[in-house]
Amino acid sequence: MHVDTGHNFEETMTFRDNLVKEHGAKLIVGSVQESIDQGKVQEETGFYASRNKLQTVTLLDTIEKHKIDCAIGGGRRDEEKARAKERVFSHRDEFGQWDPKNQRPELWNLYNGKKRPGEHFRAFPISNWTEMDVWQYILLENIPIPSIYFSHVREVFDRDGVIYANSSFMRLKPEEKPRQMRVRFRTIGDMSCTGAVDSPASTLEEIIEEVASSRVTERGTRMDDKRSEAAMEDRKKEGYF
Amino acid sequence: MKDNSTHGYLDMDLLRFTTAGSVDDGKSTLIGRLLYDSKAIFDDQMEAMEKASSKRGTGEVDLSLLTDGLRAEREQGITIDVAYRYFATPKRKFIIADTPGHIQYTRNMVTGASTANLAIILVDARKGILEQTCRHSFIASLLGIPHVVFCINKMDLVDYDEAVFTRIQKELEDFSSKLEVRDIRYIPISALKGDNVVDRSDRMSWYQGPTLMYLLENIHIAGDLNHIDRRFPVQYVVRPMTEEHHDFRGFAGRVQGGIFRKGDAVQVLPSGFQSTIKTISLGEREVEEAFAPQSVVMTLVDEIDISRGDMIVSPNNAPESSQDVDVMLCWFNERPLQPGGKYALKHTSRDCRVMVKEVKYKMDISTLHKAEGDQTIRMNDIGRVHLRTTVPLHFDKYQRNRYTGSIILIDEGTNETVAAGMIV
Repeated sequence: MHVDTGHNFEETMTFRDNLVKEHGAKLIVGSVQESIDQGKVQEETGFYASRNKLQTVTLLDTIEKHKIDCAIGGGRRDEEKARAKERVFSHRDEFGQWDPKNQRPELWNLYNGKKRPGEHFRAFPISNWTEMDVWQYILLENIPIPSIYFSHVREVFDRDGVIYANSSFMRLKPEEKPRQMRVRFRTIGDMSCTGAVDSPASTLEEIIEEVASSRVTERGTRMDDKRSEAAMEDRKKEGYF
Repeated sequence: MKDNSTHGYLDMDLLRFTTAGSVDDGKSTLIGRLLYDSKAIFDDQMEAMEKASSKRGTGEVDLSLLTDGLRAEREQGITIDVAYRYFATPKRKFIIADTPGHIQYTRNMVTGASTANLAIILVDARKGILEQTCRHSFIASLLGIPHVVFCINKMDLVDYDEAVFTRIQKELEDFSSKLEVRDIRYIPISALKGDNVVDRSDRMSWYQGPTLMYLLENIHIAGDLNHIDRRFPVQYVVRPMTEEHHDFRGFAGRVQGGIFRKGDAVQVLPSGFQSTIKTISLGEREVEEAFAPQSVVMTLVDEIDISRGDMIVSPNNAPESSQDVDVMLCWFNERPLQPGGKYALKHTSRDCRVMVKEVKYKMDISTLHKAEGDQTIRMNDIGRVHLRTTVPLHFDKYQRNRYTGSIILIDEGTNETVAAGMIV
């Protein structure tokens, strides 16, 4: 399942489509644009408009529509302080809510997968991996990844210390001047909230070297986390992935 | 410089440890120091912490903000739930389970302890052994943590006096003789000033032992898993039924004890049927042997009936099989344990129901004595309980194998995990 904000990087979409084709898998797409068209959510306005928050509604609707019992994701505890409190097998009530103060304790590797109809789970099998573990594993097993994780030249502009990819989804302020730059993405959300890093790393080995010496966390370029001190927790409580 | 080559990285072992303590024993400072000195605190995290600390008007950067990730925790300055932190040194990778000492303390400590190789227990040099020191030590022992390190902290506030350290060590030794911990260490530290945490202190030349970081990096943990008793709880039967793999029937699961080799004779429980291991696959690779904690798929020479919840073991070393089990039960729920009540139980890959036959006694976890009087098992209580299960469990004693000796109980009405138990 993919919740498509409509503002994704083209490379992400190409990667998604190839992956589906290669595995002959059935892809379920939840469209944020459709949720907007149906009047379920309202598009944000202004220079900082993003569909990041809106996608929660689409995600929950899609889970409900397809009666999904368990959504498996790649979220990790080392990514973010609210995610550090997340369970491996995380229960969601019929509203899709996360209740961080009342989670089921997880001991040894005994996971409680019991739920009522209409409720679901979010499972995070690689909860205890670190960013470095992921890159080492990708290298070891030769796992394909979207091309924008590697260094490339693209049109970017600067805003509040973050390097954004320029696109038709972004509304530039008069003083923001697009320029060409050699960048890569360390984490990929949609284009309105993901910042790039200035990087020459064009191989997995170079990325690993860069991650090892970085002084900034992986999601340090994610503006969606920075809307407030508890931005991730607040979104997760509502049902964000 | 760290060895970032895949070979070097993947060969590093992983040490999981817990830190237990209350508000002002310097736990956050210690974790902060371990992370800071191993460069696991990043610039943007530091900046966010500085911003949050100044908002609260505290002068110094509050390192507890690093692990207290929830809004309610940050507002109240307390830790509600176990927080996990990750760091690595050139020698090892580490996962810290930081377990809060107050609200839901048993639940949190027990959860963090269930997967830990080592527990760090902080003792304030000015105060010596407190009730919570006993509580933490007992839980570490009960949950079978193989290594316990008592850090006698705040040595700077007792003038780095050897006599203070020696006296507390002696008291801890007397107390620990009642515990079942294999390996106990004592280190005089000052988390605040950094003495004996990462760098050796030149203010305590009387202490000849290792620093905390040296111990964490070098303590021998390879023997912590059971590599003797062969235990393979079956999670899933793999039957692709494709043209290519028409007759394939593989048994997927995680090895929870012993070493399984191709050609080994095995027995399946509960049926008792015997067969021989034909193949073992780890991912898509065929391997000669598998050991705890690898997740593998096995095939057997004979076609015998095996399903989820069954256990593949060695024919001459079978676990106990019984519908009557005695457990040390840690209770997590606001509604007390109901004597005679029925609950859902999970043990390895097996689900069944249980009836609570008898509460044998309740522990006073501060004194390690049996509690007098009221035997109701309430939230945060630990007691010895006799359970009767609907189907036989195939188990080992918890002290012999953490994974075939542990259970959880689930309330059938609310689906909450209400208790964890160690089979005795």
